[in-house]
Formats: sequence, C-alpha cells, structure tokens
Amino acid sequence: MSEDQTVTIEVDGREIQAKAGQMLIDATDAAGINIPRFCYHKKLSVSANCRMCLVEVAKVPKPLPACATPVAEGMKVQTRSPLAIAAQKGTMEFLLINHPLDCPVCDQGGECELQDVALGYGDDVSRFVEGKRVVMDKEIGPLISTDLTRCIHCTRCVRFGAEIAGVRELGATGRGEHMTIGTYIEKSVDSELSGNMIDVCPVGSLTSKPFRFRARAWELIQRDAIAPHDAVGSNLHLHVRRNEVMRVHPKENDAVNECWISDRDRFSYTALNSAERLDTPLVKTRGEWKESGWHEALTRVASGLKEAGSDLGVLASPGCTVEELHLARKLANGLGSERIETRLRQGDFRTAAGAWLGQSVTDLERCSAALLIGSNVRKEQPIFGHRLRKAALEGCDVSFINPLELEMNYAARQIVTPPAAMAGEVAAVARAAGAAGPLIDQAEVTERHQAIAERLKAAPAATLLLGNLAQAHPDYAVLLTLASALAKATGAVLGQLPAGANSVGAQLVGAVGDGLDAMLAQPAKGYLLMGVEPGYDLWDPAAANAALTQSGFVVALSGFRSESLEAVADVILPVSAFAETSGTFVNAEGTWQSFAGAVSPKGETRPAWKVLRVLGNLLDLQGFDHDSSEEVLAEARQQAEGRQLDNAPADAVTECRLVDAALTRIGDVPIYAVDALVRHAAPLQKTRDAIAAAIYINESEAAKAGLTAGMQAAVTQNGTRVILPVTIDPNIPNGCVRIPAGVAGTEQLGGQFGEVTLEKA
Amino acid sequence: MGFKNAPMTTVKPVEGKENLFSPEVRAEIDSWIAKYPEQWRQSAVMAALRIVQDANGGYLTEALMDQVAAYLDMPAIAVYEVATFYSMYELKPVGRHKVCVCTNVSCMVNGSDKIVDHMEQKLGIKLGETTEDGRYTLKEVECLGACGGAPMFQIGTKYYENLTPELVDSILDGLE
Repeated sequence: MSEDQTVTIEVDGREIQAKAGQMLIDATDAAGINIPRFCYHKKLSVSANCRMCLVEVAKVPKPLPACATPVAEGMKVQTRSPLAIAAQKGTMEFLLINHPLDCPVCDQGGECELQDVALGYGDDVSRFVEGKRVVMDKEIGPLISTDLTRCIHCTRCVRFGAEIAGVRELGATGRGEHMTIGTYIEKSVDSELSGNMIDVCPVGSLTSKPFRFRARAWELIQRDAIAPHDAVGSNLHLHVRRNEVMRVHPKENDAVNECWISDRDRFSYTALNSAERLDTPLVKTRGEWKESGWHEALTRVASGLKEAGSDLGVLASPGCTVEELHLARKLANGLGSERIETRLRQGDFRTAAGAWLGQSVTDLERCSAALLIGSNVRKEQPIFGHRLRKAALEGCDVSFINPLELEMNYAARQIVTPPAAMAGEVAAVARAAGAAGPLIDQAEVTERHQAIAERLKAAPAATLLLGNLAQAHPDYAVLLTLASALAKATGAVLGQLPAGANSVGAQLVGAVGDGLDAMLAQPAKGYLLMGVEPGYDLWDPAAANAALTQSGFVVALSGFRSESLEAVADVILPVSAFAETSGTFVNAEGTWQSFAGAVSPKGETRPAWKVLRVLGNLLDLQGFDHDSSEEVLAEARQQAEGRQLDNAPADAVTECRLVDAALTRIGDVPIYAVDALVRHAAPLQKTRDAIAAAIYINESEAAKAGLTAGMQAAVTQNGTRVILPVTIDPNIPNGCVRIPAGVAGTEQLGGQFGEVTLEKA
Repeated sequence: MGFKNAPMTTVKPVEGKENLFSPEVRAEIDSWIAKYPEQWRQSAVMAALRIVQDANGGYLTEALMDQVAAYLDMPAIAVYEVATFYSMYELKPVGRHKVCVCTNVSCMVNGSDKIVDHMEQKLGIKLGETTEDGRYTLKEVECLGACGGAPMFQIGTKYYENLTPELVDSILDGLE
C-alpha cells in the first residue's frame, strides 16, 4: 500500500478519510475526534505505554491503543463504546494510584493533561487505600525542576531527549513500581533544547525552575511574540501577569519552529527584570553619570548628533526591529551620513553579498547533502540545528569545515583545521567538484574532499551553508567566493545562517554599509549605538573601544546598564527590551513576522522607534511623524520592496589575509553570550553552555607554552594583554586557541580571529 | 524515526576500546556482538553486563557500566536502564554465593517460607543481606520456571529443587 493512498474508516459512526498506514490517533486528531492520551506525542515515536488511548475496534476482541493501531480500509472504531470507556477508566484508575493529590501546590495545576483527563475519566473516590510511592527529586540543572513522585512514566521526556534533542540524558531506570525517570548518576540535563521537556511532560513532574511557584496558569494572559536571539524567528507565546512576562512557551508553527523553541528563547525573559535593567536616562557630566529626565537627555543627544552631522556613525544590533533600523537609517541620512552598520560580528567586508538562508526553513530538513562552513549550527541557531539533524536522520550527508571540533548529536563528517587553512579546505572540495579558479586550482584534494564533493553533486537537494564562524572569519569574502564556486559546480543551494533575529531585515531596509573598518578605523565625530555593548557585541572590541573613546559624542540606546557602555558613552537612553516593544523581524528565510508589545515598557524606558522618531523631530528632520510602529513598518516595507538578497558575492575575492601564525585565536560567540538580554538571563548563565572566558587549548599546544589546566595565563592580542584561566580542550586543533568573544573577560581583546601570544601569568 | 527502530548509538565512538576490560572478557563480549547485525552492537548489552558482572565477583559498578556503554557505543544512561531493570544484575557487592530463593506462588504453596526462615536463622541474615564473612547473600526472587521442583533456589548457575531444611543445610555446607 503506498503512503499517499487514502482509506476510509468509520469512527463513532462518522466516516473519515485517513492516509494508509497512519496511526488511528493521527486520523482522529485530524478529524477533531478526541481520544485521551499521555504518552503519545505527534513529534515523538510511538511507545504505547500509557494505555490511555484504548478504543474499541470492530472484530477485535480487546480494546486497542489508538496511537499504535494503523488504520485500515473499512475499520470501524468506537471511542466511546462501553468497552472503550471501561478500558479508559480502568487505565485512568491505575495511573492515579500512585499520583499524589498535590494539585494545589503543583505548578502544572490548571494546565495539566492528567488533571484534564482525570476530570473526564477518573472516579471521584479512589479504591486504592495502600500507601502511595514516593520518589526522591533529582537535581538536573538550573532550568528544569523535578517532582518525580508525580511522574506517570509516559517517557515523553526520554523520547524527546533521544529523538529531538539527540542526547540521551534522561532515562527510565528500575522497573515496575521502582521505575523512575532520571539520569541515574548525579548529572545535569544540558541540551540546548531541554526546556521542551517541560512542555512535553503531561504532568507536573518536569516544570520550569525559573517559573516555579511564581504564578498560576489561570492568571496568565497569552500574547504572541517572535524570538529575538537568532535568525530562526521562532514563534512564541508570552505568558503575562500584571504587566510582567512570567514565562515563554513555543507557539506552534510548522514552517518555522514546529512546536519547539531553544532554551535561549525560552528563558531569556528572566533578564527583563534583572537588576542591571536601565530604566532612566543617564547623562555623563564631567565624567560622572547622573540620572536625568528624558527631555534633558534628548536635548543633549540632539545637540550632540547635530554637531556630528554627516560624520555620524550608527552601530545597531542585528536584533533591532525593522522599524528601529529603518528610522535609524533615516536619521543618519537626514544628518547627511550614510554610515550605518548592523553586521557587527563580520570579519571581512571586501565583498558585498546578501546573507540569507537561500531556501526555506523546511527545505533544510529535506536536503540530502549539506556542507556547513564555519558553523556550530546546533548552538548558534538551535532550531536550524534540529532541522538539519532531522535531515541527517533521514539520510542527509552532513559535513562541516570548522576551526574546532564540534560535539554533534548526529553522525556528520567534520574537517577540523586552523582558521587560516579553512579556505584551502573549501577550495579543495570545490576543485574535487570540478570548479576552477584562483586558490581552487592550487588546492590539494584528498579523499575526504572528494567524498564531500561527490555527495553534494549526487544529492537531489544539496545545500552549502556559511555560519557565524565563517562570517567572523577575516577571510569571509574568500570563503564566500569559494563556496559560491562550489555551489555552482555542484548545483547546491548557497545559503548563510545570519546571526541576529533581524539580520535579513537589516539588509532589506538598508541598515548595512561599508563595514566595521569604515566605521571604526577613523573615529567618527559622533556615534549612535543601538543595543550594542562595545566590549561584547563587536568583532573587535579593542578597536571599537578606541574609536568610541576618541569620538566627540556617543549616544547609546540600551536596555541594560553596562560598564562597557558607560566607559565610552556620553548619554545612555533606556529603551524597551524584547516583549515591551512592537516591531517586526525578518527571519533567515525572509519571512516578515510582526509582533505587538506584550507588556508596557519598564520604568521610564521607551520603545526605541519612538525615541528615534522624537530625535528626528528634535533635529528638525523630514518624515518623522509616524503615529504607530505600523506606519514605520509600512514605510520600511516600501523601501524594501523589490530588494532581493543574493548570497553570491558581488566580487570574487581570493586573497587571504589571515596568515598562518604560531597561535591563532578562535573567538566564537557562545550560545548564551549573543546579546545583552541573554547575557543578563541568570538561569541561562548557570548552565553548562554558558561558556566562560578562558584559554581553551589542546594538550600539546598547552605543553608547548608551558601551561597546564587551571593555570592562569596571559593572552596578548594586538598589544592588549588579558589574564585568563587555561582549560585543556581536545577539540581545538594545533596552532589554535579558543578564546570566546562576548563574555566577561575578553571585552578588551581584539578581533574574533587573529594572532595571539600566550605566556605564563 | 524512533530510537526503537534505529540504534541509539553515541555519535562519536569511543577510541581505545582495546584498553577496556581484560582480553578474555573482551573476547566473550565480542562473541555476543558477532551474533547481531553490525550496526546493532548495542544488542549485546545484556550479555556484556552479565560477563562483566561475573568477572567482577558478581556485581556491577558505575565505572563498569560506563565501560560497557563505551564498548558498545551506547549512551551510559541506556546501560543503566538495562542494569537497573533486570534483577539478576547486582549494583552492590554480594557474597561469594548468591542464594536466589524463589517465593513465588508454586514455591510458596510448597513451603518456601519455611526454607527462607531456616536459611535466615542458619546464616543470621535477612533476605537481601550478606553474611559478614562475605560467603552468602540471600536474595528473594520471582519465579525461576522450576515450579515442578518447588520449593527451589538457584546458586550460581545451578538450580536446587525439592528443598527441605536438611537438604538446604547440606547444600550450603557443601559450598566452598
């Protein structure tokens, strides 16, 4: 029977169409017929262990589990016959035997699948008079709290770990009454998608630790939002109580994030009320920071900006909304400046290209061969990582060319090479694929290059993706040129994985310029910083600090207080953070997703688009009289109309700038360091993925420098010296040292990639 | 794709498998791995745990389970699941002779309680305990499928059936 053949079945006297081979519960769900269930989850494998979905099927003597019974032509199903109801009620009674009656103190109370189903199928009095079992709770990290006595052993969390997160951390140990969910040994659950286990848990066994005991489900108002931390554009539900975001859940959207979100998107809201939130304007007078009123601060900013005039530089985070970036660009243009940049972590601007995914998000999981260049996609864009993992499990051949070895959750080929040799590796694959050109012709092709090239060529849907490490590479233009040649030779789709939530939108509204060098090499008279902490958000913090310090006037629009900002700015205007402002993000595939503010701005903060509009007015610029962000959006859309992004580079660049040094820094941005909101989210900063500033180096390189694990050592980059602890990491190749960017301790260092020297401190 | 349909192996096979276990233990585990399709190495987990347990004086440690996981390219938790599920794997040290006495229906009807009482008195320990000299462990088990010879117990790989207190004495005293 072929997959797309349909069969007709009869459920409760109603005829419904189903796909042959489909499970009964899928067919009834599609038809809107409710069958109770606990262990079944549409995105997970069928385990049929809870038995709650038992139904009566004609000509079968015993009730069958709907989740594990394939439909067949002419099947007659009763979901509410006496036999089915007796089976469901019997199951319910057994499930409740050991479940505690602690709903009043359970966080799941009010939104609990067990509670709901018990209302329909449970009895009012339990016949079980013996003692209930008690299970000790386990400590599994800063994000998930456990109440394992409530567990009904559906194993959704275990299957989620194995099938979606791709790491088996939780398991079911023991058997019968002694079965418990846990890690067996004391261990935290570290997956970047772990928070979804809270969602899949049908009872209050796994609940959100930051949300614990903070609100009841029925007090919360649900509002929609778009995730602000990566270019996936995951759809979110914000749960709000009394003007405070209490928690974040995924909003289902099969075209983008399915029903999952990354932990970064789920827990970053905890920063909204952190102690470092800035809620009044700050003005620096004679080197002293003073709180001030908006009027005074704005007047000061207007005069500063006027003074800077056409010599104004705007540095904006790629996480700013379309509306903010549109107005910022307009403001700069109005003052006669064309200098605006959002590609804050790009290491090379020698060629222009429109960076976007090059395909739809769902295409990622349909590809049959993929080569990722300079990408740790699993940590950079966790949901894209998940899509690629799905592809890999379906047989997609995934390869990586990276400066460090990644911990993968699926089988993939990894070419690990020092940053300076990355271009050579891409060139070798291109040559193996039959491309020609400078660099490619000199490349040395080995078997593994041949293998990648062959798979890319043979695959019906192949893709080449450049990730954040490639964009930060000093020879990004070369990598892109080579990747483009390789894509042409293999017929693969060329795509990029942009860093920010609105990286693509920034390009569409023209918030990209000639690059960071053009912006920072010669200090401008004035700078406008939007959502930027110079020590953390820029490719070369040292150069940025130097330029900003020498500049006449620096105004920052920021949601947080930050030493790095206070060292260089003259005025800091408090702007509303994620969830407090309306706006639009364009995700990696180019989908425009607008959202309204879910809570009102904190304290004296104002949405950045309003601040920019007022500044426009104060500066007497034309066209700053929007009444709503929708008006700004309409204008921005008009501007963006007809603009097409093309990943292929405008000019072929084949001259490598990064020379093979004795020791090269790899300055990746860890998953929980990407922007100010994430950096201030306390629970995320307690996870194992919150990588601290340190010198990560392999054993032999460490020995060469006379260093051992735990020792303090001095790193020198472009004359700046910083003391950091040494960590031995076998994933770093020889000749390299990984010193993460965007984390406390490296805010004075130079570019994300470049020559460094090490010595004992 | 569920992990029931495909092997849930670790992504990165552990290197240096030849340094795990003794050559004899490895050879025995390998003979079990060979019985399964190549990508289903992990199917040998039960046999591997038994072999390792026997070589370790009758019980498993976390370190040994981790080594089994490494040897079979499995996540460690998957090995813990198996080891905690089956009652014949011991996770704590046991005596030299593990006396597994059945107290299930047939044996109970035929007087297993008397046998248990007798052994508890004789050895001075309760079910689930080990004698101080480390000679005997008493363990209550479910049906071992020898109902025809009830009451019965198992010591090592041997079944002893139709037990009486006198027979128990001679069996226990006859062990080294």
